[in-house]
Amino acid sequence: MKHTTLNRIGFQLFALLLAFGIASLVLLAVGASPVQIYKDMFGSLGTKGKIADVLVSWAPLLLATAGLLITFAAGLWNIGVEGQITFGAIGTTLVLRLLQNSAMNAGLIIALSIFAGMLAGALWAALAGALKTFGGVNEIFGGLGLNFVATALTIYLVFGPWKRPGTGSMSGTQPFPEQFNLPLFEGLRLSPWALVVAVVGIVFVYFLLQGTYFGLRLKAVGKNFRAAYLLGIPTWQYMMFSFLLCGALSGAAGALQVTAVYHRLIPSISSGYGYLGLMVAMLVNYQAIAAIPVAFFFAALNIGSIQLPIVHKLDSSFSGVLQGLLVLFILLAEGARQRLTPKA
Amino acid sequence: MKVELRGIHKYFGVNHANDDITLTIPSGTIQGILGENGAGKSTLMKILSGFIHADSGEVLLDGKPVVIESPAVAIHDGIGMLHQDPLDFPPMRVIDNFMLGQKGGLFPNRTRAARDLRRLQKEFDFDIDPENYVDSLTVGERQQLEIMRLLYLGARVFILDEPTTGISAAQKDKLFETLKKFRKQAITVIFVSHKLEDVEKLCDQVAVLRQGKLVGAMDKPFDQKKLVEMMFGKEVPLGTKQTACQDRTVLNLDRVSIEGMRLKIKDIDFHICEGEVVGLAGMEGSGQDLFLRACAGLIRTVGGVVKVNDRDLTGKSYHTYKKHGVEFLPAARLEQALAPGLTLAEHFILAEKQTGVFINHERGRRLAEERIKTFNIKGAPVSPVESLSGGNQQRTLLSLLRHPLSLVLVEHPTRGLDIESVVYIWGKLKERCKQGAAIVFMSSDLDEILQYSDRVLVFYNGRISHPFDANKTNVQQLGELIGGKGWNE
Amino acid sequence: METALILTGLGSVFFASAPIVFAVIGETIAERAGVINLSINGMILLSAMGGFVVSFQTGSLFAGFLTGALIGALVAFIVAFSSITLKQSQVAVGFVLALTCRDLAYFLGNDYMGKGGPRLPAWDLPVLSDIPIVGPIFFHQDLITYISFLMIFLSWLWIFRTRPGLMLQGIGERPASAYVRGANVNLMRYAYTVLGGAIAGLAGPAYSLSVKAGWNGTISGLDGFGWIALAITIFGGWNPLRGAFGAYLFGLLQWLGLVLQPSLPNVPSQVLQVAPFPLMILTLFLVNIGSTEWVERTLAAMPESSRRFFTRALRALRASPPASLGVPFERE
Repeated sequence: MKHTTLNRIGFQLFALLLAFGIASLVLLAVGASPVQIYKDMFGSLGTKGKIADVLVSWAPLLLATAGLLITFAAGLWNIGVEGQITFGAIGTTLVLRLLQNSAMNAGLIIALSIFAGMLAGALWAALAGALKTFGGVNEIFGGLGLNFVATALTIYLVFGPWKRPGTGSMSGTQPFPEQFNLPLFEGLRLSPWALVVAVVGIVFVYFLLQGTYFGLRLKAVGKNFRAAYLLGIPTWQYMMFSFLLCGALSGAAGALQVTAVYHRLIPSISSGYGYLGLMVAMLVNYQAIAAIPVAFFFAALNIGSIQLPIVHKLDSSFSGVLQGLLVLFILLAEGARQRLTPKA
Repeated sequence: MKVELRGIHKYFGVNHANDDITLTIPSGTIQGILGENGAGKSTLMKILSGFIHADSGEVLLDGKPVVIESPAVAIHDGIGMLHQDPLDFPPMRVIDNFMLGQKGGLFPNRTRAARDLRRLQKEFDFDIDPENYVDSLTVGERQQLEIMRLLYLGARVFILDEPTTGISAAQKDKLFETLKKFRKQAITVIFVSHKLEDVEKLCDQVAVLRQGKLVGAMDKPFDQKKLVEMMFGKEVPLGTKQTACQDRTVLNLDRVSIEGMRLKIKDIDFHICEGEVVGLAGMEGSGQDLFLRACAGLIRTVGGVVKVNDRDLTGKSYHTYKKHGVEFLPAARLEQALAPGLTLAEHFILAEKQTGVFINHERGRRLAEERIKTFNIKGAPVSPVESLSGGNQQRTLLSLLRHPLSLVLVEHPTRGLDIESVVYIWGKLKERCKQGAAIVFMSSDLDEILQYSDRVLVFYNGRISHPFDANKTNVQQLGELIGGKGWNE
Repeated sequence: METALILTGLGSVFFASAPIVFAVIGETIAERAGVINLSINGMILLSAMGGFVVSFQTGSLFAGFLTGALIGALVAFIVAFSSITLKQSQVAVGFVLALTCRDLAYFLGNDYMGKGGPRLPAWDLPVLSDIPIVGPIFFHQDLITYISFLMIFLSWLWIFRTRPGLMLQGIGERPASAYVRGANVNLMRYAYTVLGGAIAGLAGPAYSLSVKAGWNGTISGLDGFGWIALAITIFGGWNPLRGAFGAYLFGLLQWLGLVLQPSLPNVPSQVLQVAPFPLMILTLFLVNIGSTEWVERTLAAMPESSRRFFTRALRALRASPPASLGVPFERE
């Protein structure tokens, strides 16, 4: 047992080394100094403001990951998570638009709008789930298609019915009045409420998967569909449930993007957190608690890479390259470990 | 072509699947290979056709030793195998199937291939449209296609694995006619079957395998009684039997029909009582698996009424059956019944009645420890199920059964298990009977069926015999029925 | 005049669809062998960038296309290696590669954003281009578009008319049978995955050196093509002819979107561009629904006559994938 753990750690360290090695080659290819770049990327995170920025993107990323851990547990590839975040943001914006002129308390309106976001996310996920369970459409293709549809819907809303006074623009809808924004820490872009929602989300998923009958049954469905059925678990209902929960959590991520970050609906409201969340979820392999630091690390790479265009005239997509290489090599290392380690 | 097998051994783990098999088949002979499921027939044929390699021993063709690396090498050496489920490509056309694997230039000449195919068809009086799709053919036609294909590739030895299962009587006659024609061309035929009648009708000589060993050989004319005895062994001492059904009926089937992919079973009438054990005998794929699954609500029945404890459950799902105390234990334990990746403790938690939202892990661990002890499972509560041996997986499955139960349906309760586990598992199952559960199980081991059942049903090609009292029947009688003898048309 | 415009428009549909055609054919070949290459969306972006940069630097268009094919082959090799040799999930590895390659393309291509570079010149085929109607549609194109036409035909010919093609079908359909007939299944899977990757890799330069010459990073308009190609592969029933038809249908829809744009001022162009996606979902729904359990149950409960009708209708719609798609092969 212990030997296996050591073995696994060894392979993973090797994978990390390879990933950073290849990323460094990529940097050399564009004539940059890897040492300098890594130093700048991580060094820039020294200030309080930067750490806050990392947490700003950590919160929605963690929520999306939390949701994905549920669908992964059920053995599902919910690529539609990106659209679920987007649809969540649309739901939140809709409720804010409807209620912003009402006499209701602003705090209550925000709460309602976040709830609406979760509902909308769940709805979009349910669509992918229904297509899978009742239409036989693989969740990967159904989800992908729905992602594009959700994005198109956002663009339509931003340029059409919800366009800001004058002509619509890619910069999004008219920002909501300040009382409809989640309050921020003094002098920072970070809202404590966003952190609360994210932490509640991941803790919820942790307990759901580790501590509840629901989570255990879900895992049984994911590990062996037929055995789960024989054990008395209503399998397709559980799959649908996992889609709904994942959708609700990603919807919450979308809601935060509107209420805590952008204060309006923008065309790329999901910021790619869904796809990034898939990578985090793959990397942590069902461990909800591990998602907390890994998501933070990925968010830090994103924020750190914002420096690159300014200081080095490099594209900020370097963070994506590094993240992808890390996940890729961890996957390959696991395969290599299983192949090279003789079975006991 | 003359085929000689010398001292073939093959182990799968501890299982000695082929134990020193030596057999000589003269050129142009039709050799029958008889044996129960698991007797080692398939292993031997797979070795001969290059699918697997023998651990020791040699194969000689026309006196020359050959190394059969792969099926492709086998066909190059002149050995062609016709699998029970023909290894063809169902969504593709007949002519493409015929050409696939033939050597030649980049562009196969379809016209010529079609002409060759037609010529072969004429020779054997087959009639298959080359442009038809294979998935629209009958199994018999697919066999014919494979035979022509192998012949075209130059096969001089034909291995046929249970070729008469799933084909019509007319097709069977045609098949036999074809194989008899092979004699004149000095083509050797190895005919693997469990159907005595077919073997008698067709074969020149017969070899019988039992538990991996070659237990006997016989030339024409065959002594049927002796063949059955060689196949199934001597009469076994019977365990204690429950004489008649005095108690409550647990399961009742009234004129139930089942439609499987290949088989149809019509108008089943059956009942089983509290504490009773019914064994389902027959060669694999004769309908027992469908019957068991239908009794569990896992497949839909067509017509008729299924009652569990006098309650009509016709058309209900397995989960409803489960609520009424029915449990199904499949043969593919790790594939269908356990969730690899989850631990023993987690399985026990899942199988128990669950109250509240949160798992009491401590209780789960204690439960697991207790069950591990009672069922003598070699493993810890935290062991993932896939790390257990087959015997321990089966013990785990039994220990997962809830209390109380009305009916347990088991596929191959002891397949692949060591003797100790077999005895243990039946001890546990019988315990369940004493507590009032009825058990229906299928097995390809006739000894197991006679030893543990109160009544026996024999399945043959989707037909079901009347129930035999296990005390009043014997290996001979059941063996003949399994082999397809004694069924009135 | 009107007719001439329409003909030019239709010609442009074939021209603009060339990248998707390459992607669909490449994916079709890999999936025919039983391997899903989910990476192609990112891989195409990378090969588009790589192809453009190489021909920008060397001045050789050929080098650009070669680079695209090599990138496609390399990425496909990673998919094959991780799924066949390392037994990892094709979906997981493919998806990660799709994202990584995309970011890599944006990162490496940053310096070349918006630079004017080489472009494949139009080349009217002599004689053929003078044929009325057919000429303007098919033969006022550039070389890569002609190659895309040829590729459709060649891949169809290879799969359905040659001996190795027969074996290719067999490997994806039933590897055990193919193995018995002498195929080295896993080696062939490697070969076809890499070959398919190389063909799909041409999609990149076909875009960045022809359809919309240059490299424009995130606003290239190329992101998403790979995903669409994956769906069209299914729509095409793993047949290059049907797949190409799907690709052209998609191109036609996009073109109609552009043409209709002025008459629908309230609908942003991006919305019309995603019109194929709901259609894709609907298509997948129609081709798959026949195999779902509840449909079978419903059908079983129907009276004989209507059951036969619906069964036949659903079967006609159904596109069944190569039976062993995504399933690893191990000999006993």
